[in-house]
Amino acid sequence: MTMFEAILLTIATAATPLLIAALGELVVERSGVLNLGVEGMMIMGAVSGFAAAQMTGSAWLGLLAAVLAGAAFSLLFGFLTLTLATNQVATGLALTLLGLGASAMIGESFVGLPGIRMQSLYIQGLTDIPYVGKFLFGQDPIFYLSIFLTAAVAWFLFKTRAGLTLRSVGDNHTSAHALGVPVIRIRYLAVLFGGACAGLAGAQLSLVYVPQWVENMSSGRGWIALALVVFASWRPWRILAGAYLFGAVTIGQLHAQALGIGVPSQLMSALPYLATIIVLVLISRNKRLTLMNTPTSLGKAFVPDR
Amino acid sequence: MRIELVRRPQHSALFSALSPFIALLLTLIAGAILFSILGKNPFAALYSYFIEPLTEIWSIHELLIKAAPLILIAVGLSVCFLSNNWNIGAEGQFIAGGIAGSILPIVFPDFQGWYVLPIMLLLGMAGGAAYATIPALLKVRFNTNEILTSLMLVYVAQLFLDWLVRGPWRNPQGYNFPETIQFNASAILPEIWTESGRAHWGFILALIAALAVWFTLSRTLSGFEIKVFGRSARAGRFAGFSAGRLTFFAFLISGALAGLAGIAEVSGAVGQLRTSISPGYGFTAIIVAFLGRLNPLGIVAAGLVLALTYLGGEAAQISLGISEKSARIFQGIMLFFILASDTLIYYRIRIVSRLGDTAAKGA
Amino acid sequence: MTTTTIKDGSENPLLEADKLTKIFGTLKACDAIDLTIGKGEIHALLGENGAGKSTLVKMLFGALQPTSGGISWKGEPVTVSSPAVGRSLGIGMVFQHFSLFDALTAAENIALSLDEKAPLDSIAERAREIGQTYGLPVDPDALVGDLSVGERQRIEIIRCLLQNPDLIILDEPTSVLTPQEADLLFLTLERLRSEGKSILYISHRLEEVRRLCDRATVLRHGKVVSHCDPRGETASSLARMMVGSDIHVIERPSVEKLANKPTPLLQINGLSQKPRGPFSVALHNINLVVNSGEVLGIAGVAGNGQGELFDAISGEVRQEQAGKVTIRSTDASLLGISARRKLGAAFVPEERLGHGAVPDMALTQNLLLSRHSTDKKVFVSGGLLKLVAQSSLATAAKRIISRMDVRKSADNPDASALSGGNLQKFLIGRELDRAPSVLVVNQPTWGVDAGAAALIRQALVNLARSGSAVVVISQDLDELFEISDMMAAMVHGRLSQSVPIEAMNMERAGLMMGGADASSGPIHVGAA
Repeated sequence: MTMFEAILLTIATAATPLLIAALGELVVERSGVLNLGVEGMMIMGAVSGFAAAQMTGSAWLGLLAAVLAGAAFSLLFGFLTLTLATNQVATGLALTLLGLGASAMIGESFVGLPGIRMQSLYIQGLTDIPYVGKFLFGQDPIFYLSIFLTAAVAWFLFKTRAGLTLRSVGDNHTSAHALGVPVIRIRYLAVLFGGACAGLAGAQLSLVYVPQWVENMSSGRGWIALALVVFASWRPWRILAGAYLFGAVTIGQLHAQALGIGVPSQLMSALPYLATIIVLVLISRNKRLTLMNTPTSLGKAFVPDR
Repeated sequence: MRIELVRRPQHSALFSALSPFIALLLTLIAGAILFSILGKNPFAALYSYFIEPLTEIWSIHELLIKAAPLILIAVGLSVCFLSNNWNIGAEGQFIAGGIAGSILPIVFPDFQGWYVLPIMLLLGMAGGAAYATIPALLKVRFNTNEILTSLMLVYVAQLFLDWLVRGPWRNPQGYNFPETIQFNASAILPEIWTESGRAHWGFILALIAALAVWFTLSRTLSGFEIKVFGRSARAGRFAGFSAGRLTFFAFLISGALAGLAGIAEVSGAVGQLRTSISPGYGFTAIIVAFLGRLNPLGIVAAGLVLALTYLGGEAAQISLGISEKSARIFQGIMLFFILASDTLIYYRIRIVSRLGDTAAKGA
Repeated sequence: MTTTTIKDGSENPLLEADKLTKIFGTLKACDAIDLTIGKGEIHALLGENGAGKSTLVKMLFGALQPTSGGISWKGEPVTVSSPAVGRSLGIGMVFQHFSLFDALTAAENIALSLDEKAPLDSIAERAREIGQTYGLPVDPDALVGDLSVGERQRIEIIRCLLQNPDLIILDEPTSVLTPQEADLLFLTLERLRSEGKSILYISHRLEEVRRLCDRATVLRHGKVVSHCDPRGETASSLARMMVGSDIHVIERPSVEKLANKPTPLLQINGLSQKPRGPFSVALHNINLVVNSGEVLGIAGVAGNGQGELFDAISGEVRQEQAGKVTIRSTDASLLGISARRKLGAAFVPEERLGHGAVPDMALTQNLLLSRHSTDKKVFVSGGLLKLVAQSSLATAAKRIISRMDVRKSADNPDASALSGGNLQKFLIGRELDRAPSVLVVNQPTWGVDAGAAALIRQALVNLARSGSAVVVISQDLDELFEISDMMAAMVHGRLSQSVPIEAMNMERAGLMMGGADASSGPIHVGAA
């Protein structure tokens, strides 16, 4: 495997969790809900995936457990913000704090155990194509799922009737309600999808990226995913681009550290976070454009008249 | 069965007062259930969590040590949250304050005297405030979401502290441990009652800050301005208040208080800089702020409650073998219950059965 | 059936409501309402704000469920459990505050209300066809947020017609139209009636009800007051049924009788401004002069830049150059709203909750909102500490409440606890209490009951006659004719020249609101 291939592969591995989590959050935000609990749902997915894989010996069952855990955890957020109309920002923070705490406790007995890695594909012939063979045909299943999800979300949002309904709820929940659209039910489904995606992203961390359990192993990726949604102006394919950009920054700084170019490793590690800030500043500078793209009902609680 | 909300015409003063207590009660019940599931006696567990730490004087001192940073940070956050500025990077501002305040004792250890400590505290406040200015500036100038920027800066601050303590500020005689030199005596925040325990003046500073902010919020025009903006930015502009100025004000106050908490912790409780100086105070303080209903006096009480969960976690680990990490679950669950209980302030809750007949609850 | 007066058309009833009742908490919004709509009739539903019209209509098309009572459709009892059920029965609804989605295209908006799952292209095609048939042209690919209010209404109506309904409910359809646009709408409605469709027509414009409708049902305080034939009534007899008493007539003493010579108190010269939000309107070269003693009425269909003009005058949005806005001979262009208030100006915005007042703050706090800088000496004490003087606030609030007859249930309630009319009385009273030299009000009686509206209009006229300059921005032409001395109209962010009210009539106002050249006539700039 050449250096180029290796870098390409690692970028994909670093980008995939960001992509999946951000796609989930994109659907949530398109329905008008701001769930800041991505980090918490992701880490719950990571620990559940790791634990289930340990107990069953199957990475696939781990994956399933992570998706279910993420979705179940998001339901907590849904109940508060949708049924009880609580402040979405505060509730999302609560979800993250609880997720980080709960995962630390659940994962305590798994610290240091060798993990179970999800196997990558290997297709004789195709995988051996120079430069891009491994990238296209030799990756783990979650990578392919992430690309499929991007296409599926884009198709769903802009080509289906259900996607149109979801966008209408995010644009104006009062109008949608007046037309008889079940606003709350649609938002619940969106929140569940977001939770499932965040859980899946977490499983990618603990079953593919670093097949291990480490406390706080999501290390801000849930937050970066949130920033990606803004960066992508709520459009699926732009999220893909953004996620790979961040993947490249992450991997770039790791390689730079390995080469020992004399810059403190901590500064290099801070790069993804600094890059997030810079990208956010660049994208939100044009206030009118940002307002144009943001779902109008985003973050606003909806309580119907009865 | 379905839950329906009916908006109250007028917010309920009764439930404003009751909601933190409802939340605490629900948290205790949830905790008891959690411990039962873990196979522990729930009463014994709750006892070691919430009572045991209060039975000894030294332990109460530890409580005050933990409560001080929580209260200081949460009081600042209340100004932010009330004005709808979502500063969630207090952890980073805490670290920035800790670092800035430590410049004197680490870089100039020979500079000693009574004036060292006040300068350190001021530097700590300045460091926290300066660090908080970044998200404020980006929000006002570039319309950038302050939630994400302030949080990203937490990771940056942690990495910067790590670099300092492992690199330029590492104690040369420290056997390569990632620690700075110990602060000299004039750079240590004194204890309040040395005879009975370690509690330092940080707690007194927290009380002063809480009183000052409480007075500002409840009695002055600035407090009015903060509350107006938090509830309706449009009405705030109509009133002639400046959104940008208020954002800076809120971030500066909360950054300064978080920075003060940082240097008070470093100087009072630790006595040197290490790679990690906070067990997540900046995040737990968010819970403190909400449990105190964003009222600085309520926050003093809430800070003590949350400090108790830290001690209770340790006590429960020692006496019952429950992981001390259970404290973080407690804290997280508590915030959920607080937010859920706050719903009762603005809404009546109706339980509606499938058949359509309704049973009213929560008058 | 228990319907009291059965007239023509009801031998073949399309919809019958029997003792429909809806209770919200302790409030009986609708109390045993009977209503019969015949096939092929235009049936008016009349009533004041808060009489229960919209609650009744929501029950008819399924957005609300009645507490008791029943609905029959084509002779069969039915339960309209959701708007989708209503649509499948053949009940269509055109909302007053449109239920449209700004970020979606016209075709997407239409698709959302159709229960069949047809592809967007075919929906767009059918929308075009229907639009042509009924004289309602639309561009299916346009983003709704970019459209004018009239165009939005067309989309709502087309959306409704595409479902091929037997009954179409229209909620205050002409309140957002110029008189000429309204005439076109009436043609569409008459055509629909001739095709055998029934229309439930909600309006408070009594002249058009008399002209268009076959029968009328009048509601007051949630109850049916009368079923009648509007063509057999006069506008004032209908109004009396709605309000329950005679309408207060605004007294408007002539400007000439004023002691002092009129002086210009508010002047705007060549004000232009770029759009500030995604769907906001640009202002183009606005000029106006308002003299002491006079009320300038600014007419216009919603969304033509009235809100932007208000913000520009109030100083919530400052001008970029000097010399654009002059208040009492002082250039205020670069000043903020507080400084403009200190020059003697006062402002009452359109949106009461969330702009003019903070919903969950008490009235005394909302008093401080617009008065903290002008009345600093009274309401703020303690020097640099800037303490809020709660007792002075309470005294002032009491004064305003009694002067404006504000009805409230608690001692110092939250703004959100007041009804629209009472809150508006308080917010106008808050500014009148300062005796401002210049008052700018946007939509002073929007959603306000008739009693409060009369009181507010009289107070505005009285303020002007006491020597102040008053600007009233309103969509309600009747209101403007009642209180204005000069009148202008806004369209697409431009303001017409001001015309003395004596030289105005409905038709001319309509032409001005439609953007037709207003200078074709005896024009009289400023005051003589």
